[in-house]
Amino acid sequence: MRTAFIEHLCSLAADDERIFLVCGDLGFSVLEAFAERFPARYLNAGVAEQNMTGIAAGLALAGKTVFTYSIANFPVMRCLEQIRNDVCYHNLSVKVVAVGGGFAYGSQGYTHHGVEDLAVMSALPNIMVAAPADPVETRAITEIYADHSGPGYLRLGKAGEPVLHSPGLRLRAGQAIRVVDGKDLTIISIGGMLGTVIKAAEVLLTNGIEARILSMPFLVPLDQRAILEAANDTGAILTVEEHGRGGLGTAVGERLAIASSAVPFFPIRLDLSPIKVAGSQETLRAAQGLSVEGVVDAAQRLISRSKATV
Amino acid sequence: MSEKASDLAISIIANKLRVNTLRMIHRARASHIGSCFSAAEILACLYWDTLLINPMLPNDPSRDRFVLSKGHAAAILYSALSERGFFPVEDLESYCQDGTTLTGHVNNSVPGVEVSTGSLGHGLPVGCGLALAAKRDGSAWRTFVLVSDGELDEGSNWEAILFAPFHKLSNLVLIIDYNKIQSFGSVSEVLELNPLADKLRAFHWNVTELDGHDIPALRVALNVISAESDIPTAILAHTVKGKGVSFMEESLLWHYKSPSNEQFLAALKELEGRQ
Repeated sequence: MRTAFIEHLCSLAADDERIFLVCGDLGFSVLEAFAERFPARYLNAGVAEQNMTGIAAGLALAGKTVFTYSIANFPVMRCLEQIRNDVCYHNLSVKVVAVGGGFAYGSQGYTHHGVEDLAVMSALPNIMVAAPADPVETRAITEIYADHSGPGYLRLGKAGEPVLHSPGLRLRAGQAIRVVDGKDLTIISIGGMLGTVIKAAEVLLTNGIEARILSMPFLVPLDQRAILEAANDTGAILTVEEHGRGGLGTAVGERLAIASSAVPFFPIRLDLSPIKVAGSQETLRAAQGLSVEGVVDAAQRLISRSKATV
Repeated sequence: MSEKASDLAISIIANKLRVNTLRMIHRARASHIGSCFSAAEILACLYWDTLLINPMLPNDPSRDRFVLSKGHAAAILYSALSERGFFPVEDLESYCQDGTTLTGHVNNSVPGVEVSTGSLGHGLPVGCGLALAAKRDGSAWRTFVLVSDGELDEGSNWEAILFAPFHKLSNLVLIIDYNKIQSFGSVSEVLELNPLADKLRAFHWNVTELDGHDIPALRVALNVISAESDIPTAILAHTVKGKGVSFMEESLLWHYKSPSNEQFLAALKELEGRQ
């Protein structure tokens, strides 16, 4: 995903002289492609995220389209007030890019777990919030952000994520992608859980359950129509995210409640306890139900609730 | 005003800014009058001498940028901008009133304001970004940032102070309104900054120390940016909190207090006597 991001940013920057990349001394072996090609539009601000984000706001005030880049929580939490006041309050063209969302840096410990970022970013005004599922979504969102005049947050995975969409995918800001259609329930995922969800849907199908799958890369703006259509068409909704409270599950649940929808709904998400042991991304996900088995199990329980309410 | 103002004219303007500010803060029962008064000469010199700006073309890309990082001194900035022609002086009466854009901390919805501020430690990093943009674009416009002394407790400022000389931001001027009083007491009691000039020099800034109420000295220092230098400039302006009204000077109380009617009239009399 990070490679897809930087390659696509380079190709966009070749045609758009406003594009500027600022990093907080992280991105070794990733950002060089941009830095070498566009040295006048690249800055390593040092290990200083507050200053990095303030500088990004200043550059944007002078007409640049700025991408800040660092890993997990560093470009988000350390400089949250700079994002809130300097970027969002001024509605500036600064896109915060965090590589290694969720448990991508699983074994590095809780400091490196990006598991509250979507909630925190989506609480701010004027900002788009997105987490792509694969390199294809990454490229599409990078392009949307490069054209967008306001703030954006982009949560990337790390490297080596499989391609799940056809390369010609066209995406609008705030649009969910229907990956598979089905009539028995809808599984909505944000970010890197899509691959797991697709596999879970295949298992469910062998049990006679046809799941609609929506990849919802944008938490803000939220594709409300896709959520309400899913409730109406399939009668049950399961959300899946590598994130805690305040993310996709919260947003979808709130939307359903506002619509007075009574469809069975369950969010698979992380609890808020910091994880104090090392673990691979797969292990840490699975421990909290973010596995093929976990999604299948939750889907089946949801279907039983759905039948019980009919 | 297209011609350069005289020192006397700028002194009269500084006093006028204080009078406006006194009226605004009294009417709104607001605070931070001492923080406004210490910066009166600095703002008067910037807006009537240093800054290349045109109120008729507030978005001119080649204009100089000024960032008031000590956003609690909004009243005197709004006063300067209105007197300079960015919006009608009568609008100052709406300061802090329901529905106005003239909020208690600096709001860039007000014509002429470049950056909204209020939380301390934000202006200098943003100023670094502005200065870097001008450098990278080969543009001649300059960036000026005014911070308070207490504000220098914020680590974000020291990130920027480390950054600016390394990136040769010679088009950046940091002005420190060193009135020696912060929220809970004197700077030396709360968190000593001295030796501040030495610290800035150690970070490779071009440092000028002066009396922040000395208009001729300020005019020289603020126009220091030259082609020869490749480092940013810091002006350590020694000021008096509450300057201009005897009973407000050097007093922590006037960081918070709004003048009573009697105090308002007494302060007005003193300021008008200076003109």
